[in-house]
Amino acid sequence: MTDRPIVEDFATDFDHLDPQWVNDPYPIWEDLRGRCPVAHTERFGGAWFPATHEGVSAVAKDSDHFTSRAVILSYNRPTDEDLPAPIGLAPPITSDPPFHVDARRLILPAFAPGPINALEPQIRELCNRLLDKLGDHEIINAGDEYAQFIPPGVIAQMLGFPPEDENIFRDIIHNIIGSADLEDPAEIERLQNQTEAYFDKQIQDHIDNPRDDLTTYLLNVELGGQKLQHDHVRGTIILILVAGIDTTWSAIGASLWHLAQNPDDLARLVNEPELMPVAIEEFLRFYAPVTMGRMVKDDFDFNGCPMKKDDWVLLGFPAANRDPAAFKDADKFIIDREENRHVAFGLGIHRCAGSNLARLELLVAIEEFIKRYPKFELADPGVVTWAPGQVRGPRNLPVKVLK
Amino acid sequence: MKVTIDAELCQGQGRCFAIAPDLFGFDDLGNGIVIGDGVLNESSLKHAQLAQANCPEHAIFIEE
Repeated sequence: MTDRPIVEDFATDFDHLDPQWVNDPYPIWEDLRGRCPVAHTERFGGAWFPATHEGVSAVAKDSDHFTSRAVILSYNRPTDEDLPAPIGLAPPITSDPPFHVDARRLILPAFAPGPINALEPQIRELCNRLLDKLGDHEIINAGDEYAQFIPPGVIAQMLGFPPEDENIFRDIIHNIIGSADLEDPAEIERLQNQTEAYFDKQIQDHIDNPRDDLTTYLLNVELGGQKLQHDHVRGTIILILVAGIDTTWSAIGASLWHLAQNPDDLARLVNEPELMPVAIEEFLRFYAPVTMGRMVKDDFDFNGCPMKKDDWVLLGFPAANRDPAAFKDADKFIIDREENRHVAFGLGIHRCAGSNLARLELLVAIEEFIKRYPKFELADPGVVTWAPGQVRGPRNLPVKVLK
Repeated sequence: MKVTIDAELCQGQGRCFAIAPDLFGFDDLGNGIVIGDGVLNESSLKHAQLAQANCPEHAIFIEE
């Protein structure tokens, strides 16, 4: 682990792994918007952070100046040789145009509303199985015992992976998005090999035993008249697994964390279930879990910032969602907010491909939880922990069920 | 009055067909499409405006 100096000024030395940012980033972003609004740091080899909706939007929509070939900031900054554009390690999230469009088209149909909405009954069943396990205990862990287990089951089924491998998924995700701090190349390579070996085993199993799932589909589908390269298949599967689990788990957890502290909002959702779809969008705006990354393609001036080739850009969709220039009463959670152009799923060509699934899981998870426990509060606000890094959500979330 | 979606701008955020399912549907990639000719009456105009106000990509247009 890096010996990390505490940040004194986030405008000139920001660090999204700093405890202050991890625990409560919103005041930091508000401060930056007021005086900066593009922060810089020499950490991670050099990175920028636009704190406004306008800045985030400009970067997200500009694939001429910013490449997606690496999207998780780390001290192990890839060189041109490490990750050749346009494919990258996990297409299409790490792909640039024009390859990106084709790679994305391959997976979008599987995540379109039709096939995703068909999963609703089984997501509901999964939530209820978890709730049955929690039973009538007075203190339950809404993070580690509930939110955490909803996305992996769904993703394992879509990919055709063994559902009992949930713990392996968690380790893999930790290796990939929790490794921003690692500096030892040997250790990074060891983790990468371990991850790839797991996926290679699953892919081989699908080659030997083809079945009706996304993995088999990716093995058979053609791009430009040819089957996909092994690295492409594996990269896309890694993407689906990594991007589909921590993210939604974080959104579910953050929403329950909010409801545990805001009894009026909880009562409204219990009494007006038809409000749920609108409320879900406000949960997504207010507690957007995902911050993306880009790299600067070539030296260029962005709004007066002298960006250098291979500088990182931390793309703060959660910060954009709190910008008062883009949202009325941006710092207030308004459960029935009518106009809500939030960017929790990103903007532009890399809009989260799994957004329909994430929304459905979030909606069903909250609906079933509050049906079972219409009144609850935080058991101990002091023990709630937040995941550090580019996916933010509560992990340890004990709540006290009220009668 | 008529509502249209700019297919170049639409990224499949999925807000329009959730808010106004009578006006908008989706294609097999999940991108929004206008159902029918998109001609609006007084009540459907309100739904179209609400969908427009929720589209993060600013891809929905309402023409006189």
